[in-house]
Amino acid sequence: MTISEVAERTNGRIVCCGNNTEAEIEYAFSSDLMSDVLKVEKENVLLITGLTNLQAVRTSEMSEINCIVFARNKKIGSEIISLAKETGITLIESPYSVFRISGELYKAGIKPLF
Amino acid sequence: MQYKYKIAGGDFANAGTVASSVKKTLRQLNIDHSISKRVVIALYEGEVNVVAHAYSGIIDVEIENGRIRILISDRGPGIPDIPKAMEEGYSTASPQVREMGFGAGMGLSNMKKNSDIMNITSTPGEGTAVELITYLEPNE
Repeated sequence: MTISEVAERTNGRIVCCGNNTEAEIEYAFSSDLMSDVLKVEKENVLLITGLTNLQAVRTSEMSEINCIVFARNKKIGSEIISLAKETGITLIESPYSVFRISGELYKAGIKPLF
Repeated sequence: MQYKYKIAGGDFANAGTVASSVKKTLRQLNIDHSISKRVVIALYEGEVNVVAHAYSGIIDVEIENGRIRILISDRGPGIPDIPKAMEEGYSTASPQVREMGFGAGMGLSNMKKNSDIMNITSTPGEGTAVELITYLEPNE
């Protein structure tokens, strides 16, 4: 599934850095705990989180996650957006809960990490 | 090659800038991707630890003799019981650190997992030093 399809299925809005919207996503991981996100070893992974701070983007950079879906209609601040631009990570705002985003993407064939 | 970075305790906005910069350097040096990812993750955890717990810190990165050696040394409260601190789930992090998505007591064990050798020395009331060594060739 491409990043633009992820946005569509989660009723989301791509907030920034729309230059890799055709990149393929194979797996997703839902977490607000960044230490767990740092254990992600696979590639083409999407992060689903309710944690809207710089560390969500920093941690994704380190774990080589190139797309984050922020749940529950959380608004993403300008500092977060500029860090995402710098690191080439696509940010999506979704009005759905983490549970629903996970369910919609799972149903559409996105795989869990474990 | 040697690099030196300073970190300010409590500077949450910049937590991760050192790891980000080292990541770019390792990429420029064409270091094997799986090795650089481990190094960067261990370093990031260490950097977050300094920001979360210490007053200030210095990170020395040395890439030579077939290995990457990182020394993270801080002035801070120190770790009174290192084996306890290594246990997964044990944490003394503040609510502010937990709000950042850290502080679940997994940092040190994740650093150990993502390095070939990890040495910790600490003096309570003075500070902590963590040495991380990762070899550039597997099984070296």
